[in-house]
Amino acid sequence: MKTSTLKAIMGYVAGLIFGLGLAISGMTDPARVLGFLDLFGAWDPTLMFVLGGAVVTNFIGYRLVLRRKAPLFGNAFQLPTRQDLDGRLIGGAALFGIGWGLSGYCPGPAFASIAGLSVPLLAMLIAMVAGWFLARAIPASR
Amino acid sequence: MDWSSSLQGLTGGILIGLSATWLMATLGRIAGISGILGNLITLRPKGDSAWRITFLLGLISGPVVLLLLGGGLGNVAGAPGEVVGEPAGGVALMLVAGLLVGVGTGIGSGCTSGHGVCGLARLSPRSLVATLTFLVAAIVTVYVVRHMIGGGA
Repeated sequence: MKTSTLKAIMGYVAGLIFGLGLAISGMTDPARVLGFLDLFGAWDPTLMFVLGGAVVTNFIGYRLVLRRKAPLFGNAFQLPTRQDLDGRLIGGAALFGIGWGLSGYCPGPAFASIAGLSVPLLAMLIAMVAGWFLARAIPASR
Repeated sequence: MDWSSSLQGLTGGILIGLSATWLMATLGRIAGISGILGNLITLRPKGDSAWRITFLLGLISGPVVLLLLGGGLGNVAGAPGEVVGEPAGGVALMLVAGLLVGVGTGIGSGCTSGHGVCGLARLSPRSLVATLTFLVAAIVTVYVVRHMIGGGA
């Protein structure tokens, strides 16, 4: 089988496991996400278990995987190298947090929820994509 | 506390972690949804798009698989058998929220998966700061919407 085909299959498997994880954990339900963010209401701890389970699993997984010289289908691991904190990182994260708090959708669950597509979700997805284009137009020097 | 929801959260979280490890092991990539899909849609990188498209198809098919299995494995709050929950607002709210999520993850180089799941697992200081920032911003937003404006929806 061609490497490009194998790469596409690996991408599908990764997406499928990710999508299963989001659905089983309940992150495809904005009410669960907002319930976690609502510290001063009827707090829902589910997201804490999702993020904790994912980070610990991936922490162990990365330690095992990154001992190798290269990924199975690729020349090198493509890891971010920047260490500095800048206005784009913090300002961007703050804007994202406001949008996340308004909707209960971050990008993964928003796309994974297409199985239950509604008009508001479609509006969310279209606006998110427009936002990605807009972000490209904002120059790097803040 | 609802322990079965928490257990489902933990199980799903472990799957998300395994997916991120799998993507690094096979393709050497960070499993950041805003990065994978944002770059796919805005750049359409030649020779680097196919796996992004199949990742998106996989991401969408995960919940579909649960629906085909009858929905019993879903974890929608207060709705056993459901897999995908209802949006928290109408079109206008979602347009504003979507734009903020898109612009924010675009200029901030990541979202809950890239900075949260992957960055924290790499002990990246940038990702730690980003994750704390969007968590605090989201918590404050929900506080303002639910307890200052909405009166506890």
